Amino acid sequence: MNKDVAPLNNKKVVRKLLLAVVGMFAFGFALVPLYDVICDLTGLNGKTGGRVAEAEAGLLLDEQRQITVQFMAHHSAEMGWVFEPSVAQISVKPGEVNVVSYRVTNPRTTVMVGQAIPSVAPNAAAAHLNKIECFCFEEQLLQPGESADMPIRFFVDPEIPASITKLTLSYTLYDITEKSKNAQAVAIR
Amino acid sequence: MSAAHDHHHGPAKGLSRWLYTTNHKDIGSLYLWFSFAMFLLGGTFALVIRAELFQPGLQFVEPNFFNQMTTMHGLVMVFGAVMPAFVGLANWMIPLMIGAPDMALPRMNNWSFWILPFAFALMVSTMFMEGGGPNFGWTFYAPLSTTYAPPSTTFFIFAVHIMGASSIMGSINVIATILNMRAPGMTLMKMPLFVWTWLITAYLLIAVMPVLAGVVTMMLFDIHFGTSFFNAAGGGDPVLFQHLFWFFGHPEVYIMILPAFGVVSAIIPTFARKRLFGYDSMVYATASIAFLSFIVWAHHMFTVGMPLAGQLFFMYATMLIAVPTGVKVFNWVATMFRGAMTFETPMLFAIAFVVLFTMGGFTGVMLAITPVDFQYHDTYFVVAHFHYVLVPGAVFSIMAATYYWLPKWTGYMYDETLGKLHFWLSFIGVNLLFFPQHFLGLAGMPRRIPDYALQFANFNWISSVGGFLFGFSQLILLFVVIKCVKGGKKATDQVWEGAQGLEWTVPSPAPYHTFETPPDPKLIHAQ
Repeated sequence: MNKDVAPLNNKKVVRKLLLAVVGMFAFGFALVPLYDVICDLTGLNGKTGGRVAEAEAGLLLDEQRQITVQFMAHHSAEMGWVFEPSVAQISVKPGEVNVVSYRVTNPRTTVMVGQAIPSVAPNAAAAHLNKIECFCFEEQLLQPGESADMPIRFFVDPEIPASITKLTLSYTLYDITEKSKNAQAVAIR
Repeated sequence: MSAAHDHHHGPAKGLSRWLYTTNHKDIGSLYLWFSFAMFLLGGTFALVIRAELFQPGLQFVEPNFFNQMTTMHGLVMVFGAVMPAFVGLANWMIPLMIGAPDMALPRMNNWSFWILPFAFALMVSTMFMEGGGPNFGWTFYAPLSTTYAPPSTTFFIFAVHIMGASSIMGSINVIATILNMRAPGMTLMKMPLFVWTWLITAYLLIAVMPVLAGVVTMMLFDIHFGTSFFNAAGGGDPVLFQHLFWFFGHPEVYIMILPAFGVVSAIIPTFARKRLFGYDSMVYATASIAFLSFIVWAHHMFTVGMPLAGQLFFMYATMLIAVPTGVKVFNWVATMFRGAMTFETPMLFAIAFVVLFTMGGFTGVMLAITPVDFQYHDTYFVVAHFHYVLVPGAVFSIMAATYYWLPKWTGYMYDETLGKLHFWLSFIGVNLLFFPQHFLGLAGMPRRIPDYALQFANFNWISSVGGFLFGFSQLILLFVVIKCVKGGKKATDQVWEGAQGLEWTVPSPAPYHTFETPPDPKLIHAQ
């Protein structure tokens, strides 16, 4: 310990440490965008955003290509609902957001709950068909005799392989009245 | 130093001595008394919790007040009791141990202490405000602490800012003192381990307290300025809060335990009358623990839905900490091995520390195993784990340090019989209090809930009895310290037969000014 040198040294140490403090404070805030970047890169956290937002803004539109999207509907035999797409097929441009709807009717005399499960063919196209909004995201509860139009909003990602010019989106409707957590359905049970 | 010199530069009289003091010993005492007051306050909150949990059902307090108690207990104990106690010990002992006349920045030292009472007055006052005080747990997860918080949260945020400023200034002071003020001949690898552990702790504090300040600032913005750092509706993310909080929170737990390692490393060699086994490995182990503490934070949040790779990384990194910690435990045991041991109160606390802290460490390894953590998460098993490392860990080491250095501070020996009584009641109390909580947690009792299912009644009953035994035993400590300050058997300069180090070369009580001329390098003990 040298009394002539110590205060100078102290100033240097304090300056460095204060810099570290300010740096770490800034680092705390830098973690906010960093966190989003990491979530984006790894696809963690279930955040959509990115691609969907770009498609909505029309940024992904590829005018050069046309792809035919066919719609199909199935339901389990014992269910008895009428379930069909409003159109059999449409022609879309990659990156273009489209809306089609399926019509469903419950001809039975009881309240029923259905759940649609999608499937895309060919397999290679599945990852490139983006559903922004879909009736398959939720349960469908229909009163006896009730009908409903159920929309699906989707776009085909421009990164879809060039070899694919036609794809099929097919829905299978299942009767889940027994398993449904829907309050009304539970009440009927 | 001469007596005449002392006469001119002795302490001022009255209250102004304490308000304006820049003396490291005065400030050390202030920190220690403040910490003890907070310990009793936080302990009172804990007893409210244990009284409510004595029986199933709601008997004494409303659930919202219960939540305030769990929150305030945690905050007061972490930021008011444990951390200031270690800063107090650092103030008192680091200059004495490295042969420095005072801390490097004495006026900042005064400031960093005196803002603390204001921070805690602000925080405790929130309990009397409309809507009550913080009730979201000491981890204050958003959005519970933002969207759904009581209006007093803003005061809580400012209190955390002030505490953070105090800790950061204290750390800067410790680092500057250790780097610049060591006596000639006191090389880094000759420093007592308490000094080493504090040097590393101070760096941890400087790295993470600003992040905590950042987190509470973001909360402040979310509450008052319409930002959405943690609000999903506005594009923010509540899980981000947990990442930020635990990036601070995990190093924080080592901030509370590393100085304890230093204390125990000073006491065990003294009463085993042997040199500390493996000094170098102790230093490297401390540094390794400090490094690892930065890359394990997400083990507090395994259940948020992390990818498998993340869970595996944080699991293995966490388990890795057991290695340097094991090095330390084995070194302490090896120091005692074939030593000429005596069992004065500080040694009893130090041995209890080694045994009980190790148990807390083992439950920590259990919690690190991701798949089982899914079961243990947010149960009393977690409560038992961190109380084992914090109470018979950090708190016992502070008590050990108090008994060990009390004769040097006051000039009198404390009452050994009462000291031992305090130890045994604390030891039995703390185990009655926390051991059954392991079973409660494994059986599925959730933490932070004022009521519980009937099958948990017996263990809660035992736990509450232990809690009151432990709590009231601390009044013995208060009595012993006051009695020792007032008088008793005169302490010798060395105090303990086996004590080594510069602090034992100055008279007892340590004069107001010490080492105004650097000590003889020959006195510096080869570690």
